[in-house]
Amino acid sequence: MQLLRRLPAALTLLLAAAIMLAGADALANVPKPWEMGMQPAANELKARIIDLHNLVLIIITLITIFVGALLVWVMVRYNATRNPVPSTTSHNTTIEVLWTVIPVLILVVIAIPSFRLVYYLDHTPDPDMTIKVTAHQWYWEYGYPEAGELAIESRMIRDEDLKPGQLRLLEVDNQLVVPVGKKIRILTNSVDVIHSFFIPSLGVQRYAIPGRTIETWMTVDKPGVYYGQCNQICGVDHSRMPIAVKAVTQDEYKAWLGQAKKAALTDPSQRRVLADATGSTGQAIQR
Amino acid sequence: MAATTHDHAPHGHAHGHDDHHHDHKPGFVARWLFSTNHKDIGTLYLIFAVIGGLVGGVLSIFMRMQLQFPGGTVITSGQTWNNVITAHGLLMIFFSVMPALIGGFGNWFIPLMIGAPDMAFPRLNNISFWLLPPAFVMIIIGLIMNESGSGWTLYPPLSNQTYEPGMGMDFTLFALHLAGVSSLLGSMNFITTIFNMRAPGMTLHKMPLFIWASLVTAFLLVLSVPVLAGAITMLICDRNFGTAFFDPAGGGDPVLFQHLFWFFGHPEVYIMILPGFGVISHVISTFSRKPIFGYLGMVYAMVAIGVVGFVVWAHHMYLSGMDVDTRAYFMAATLVIAVPTGVKIFSWIATMWGGSIEFKTPMLWALGFLFVFTIGGVTGVVCANAGIDQMIHNTYYVIAHFHYVLSLGAVFSIFCGFYYWIGKMSGRQYPEFWGRVHFWLTFIGVNLVFFPQHFLGLSGMPRRYPDYPQAFAGWNYVSSIGSYISGIAMLVFLYVCYRTFTSKEQVADNYWGEGATTLEWTQTSPPAFHSFTELPRIK
Repeated sequence: MQLLRRLPAALTLLLAAAIMLAGADALANVPKPWEMGMQPAANELKARIIDLHNLVLIIITLITIFVGALLVWVMVRYNATRNPVPSTTSHNTTIEVLWTVIPVLILVVIAIPSFRLVYYLDHTPDPDMTIKVTAHQWYWEYGYPEAGELAIESRMIRDEDLKPGQLRLLEVDNQLVVPVGKKIRILTNSVDVIHSFFIPSLGVQRYAIPGRTIETWMTVDKPGVYYGQCNQICGVDHSRMPIAVKAVTQDEYKAWLGQAKKAALTDPSQRRVLADATGSTGQAIQR
Repeated sequence: MAATTHDHAPHGHAHGHDDHHHDHKPGFVARWLFSTNHKDIGTLYLIFAVIGGLVGGVLSIFMRMQLQFPGGTVITSGQTWNNVITAHGLLMIFFSVMPALIGGFGNWFIPLMIGAPDMAFPRLNNISFWLLPPAFVMIIIGLIMNESGSGWTLYPPLSNQTYEPGMGMDFTLFALHLAGVSSLLGSMNFITTIFNMRAPGMTLHKMPLFIWASLVTAFLLVLSVPVLAGAITMLICDRNFGTAFFDPAGGGDPVLFQHLFWFFGHPEVYIMILPGFGVISHVISTFSRKPIFGYLGMVYAMVAIGVVGFVVWAHHMYLSGMDVDTRAYFMAATLVIAVPTGVKIFSWIATMWGGSIEFKTPMLWALGFLFVFTIGGVTGVVCANAGIDQMIHNTYYVIAHFHYVLSLGAVFSIFCGFYYWIGKMSGRQYPEFWGRVHFWLTFIGVNLVFFPQHFLGLSGMPRRYPDYPQAFAGWNYVSSIGSYISGIAMLVFLYVCYRTFTSKEQVADNYWGEGATTLEWTQTSPPAFHSFTELPRIK
């Protein structure tokens, strides 16, 4: 049995994971073994999402414990041995009103910060730059409209080409390079089926849908590489079109942009007319 | 009188004057293939649901085997993987949970609980069952042809001619058409029966909660399934007849399909859970030996869930490019559903409060239901939140959430109803010990499968992945182990069935005693082929 043969490997893996868990802070922008919560925030968007999630998580945990405790209590106190004669109570208006009104109040407590968050995440009124994300089966194309026709195709590195230390199913050949500290408007689109542009540590996700352009935004606080994956079923290689964002300082970004443009001029495969890939340029932008 | 149900009976003694021979049963073919008897049709539905659930369950174990380790080699082709997940979802929803709760328990107990001799339209009842087996076969054909890998949500363009060109996809779509027609006919029958055939004195506000649950469910089906049918028809036309409803190149819109699909799909989740609510109410009341607490609150909570359930569909589409005000509305509306759901949870606890609780197997399932449904309910509040959803949309968090309410919630209520009523339906009692073993194995197994998936989702693991980065390995391993335990529990269930049906013990009419107060307990176990030849009167 293959499963049995793999068991020792699995146990080693669990052990290794437990050890890694102890000192895993070095990589704050990838999923970590045995992680139980959200990936840590790498920008304000994710920080706010985590804050709200923590609030909701506390509330729902308390509710679950409360319901669980009530269940245990009735099982202990009102079982047939301890309480042979059942009561006949079947109404109590006060308590019925209470258990309707109190949940409403709890929901109001959740709703107010939720509304704030959803409007904050929606779009940024004053973007510093724009990235045009175009999804393909099964790779991403990143356009820099402010840099002429520059567009970069980003494909997963197959297992056999992985270098030591690279993360399987997460590394790509050409990363999406962005400057740190800038408000980046993201416009998603697809040329074939629906995909989803999802980077957990940056708190950003939108579908990429053919025929429409969807707007969202993000920032990146610190230089580093931030990983994400396609998150809407898109066919055979759905799990093989990861996203890697490389955030660099403003100067490095400028230098990279110059190089990339030069490379695009000499290598036509690096150059795409974005308007062709996304249909008409005059589409309404959906937020 | 139930005379119409004898039309297909072979000629034997007493045919034509059934007043004297109520328990005259037709021969095998006439009884099971041309059945017009609500109990027989209910039995057929239940057997069908077990088969559908077993096939869907085996698929899910294949999936967990593939996901047990990163780089799994059980299902290596992405296309096969997509087919398997599609078939798993469709089978569990349309061919297991719905046939069990609606077709099975609904057909069996709606007439028995309202004191009616049969359903209003017995032949309609027959065809609404017999549409399902061909639909099931077509789903399986789609799976075997390996040509319907769109996910159960069927989103175009992935499901259109360009990206899923084979005929297998059309088989799947037509299967849904058939299953939809089946549900529609069944629910019209339910509505008519409940409105017109209640025993004298049983006003709407005296109906048992299972009847109310079935009534609300039937209305949800009648209002939502045609929308699915429309969406699927448009998709079939897009695929085969050159239309472009969902193709942007022809002026269509893929998001339109999502709106239509979820206008059906969201009520659908309440369709699956509401009958379960009904079952749970009866079981808790029976084994606490107390009347249900806050009956009217329970009824109108279900009605409210049904109504609000129709205006929240786009919370499945927060990332589809809807404008922010729309998302804010759908978030608010979705949060509201937590209120009637909370009313139900608290009313069940209040029913037990002060009761004299016996922990028989059905009650274990009911208590287990309350626990897992609460977890699934509160994570629903997290998912409803459009801001947080940006991080957990389509991740394993969502998988965990909806399996907690369905795979655990609805399925627990099915098993709860099975243990509660199997004595009534078969005349034989289940083995108590093995019932408990079944419960505890399932409870441990499914929690082990799905609780760690919350962590995977928060950590960012996308759904519908046959392979994943190394970091997700740990919790996936735990989850797979849980699924094997659940699989063993399913074998225990089959053993329970075997023991039950081979048992010699004949149970009494009301084997649960004074706590069981609804009309089915006034009938023999099993009830006569034609029950209620004299209508009971409700005081």
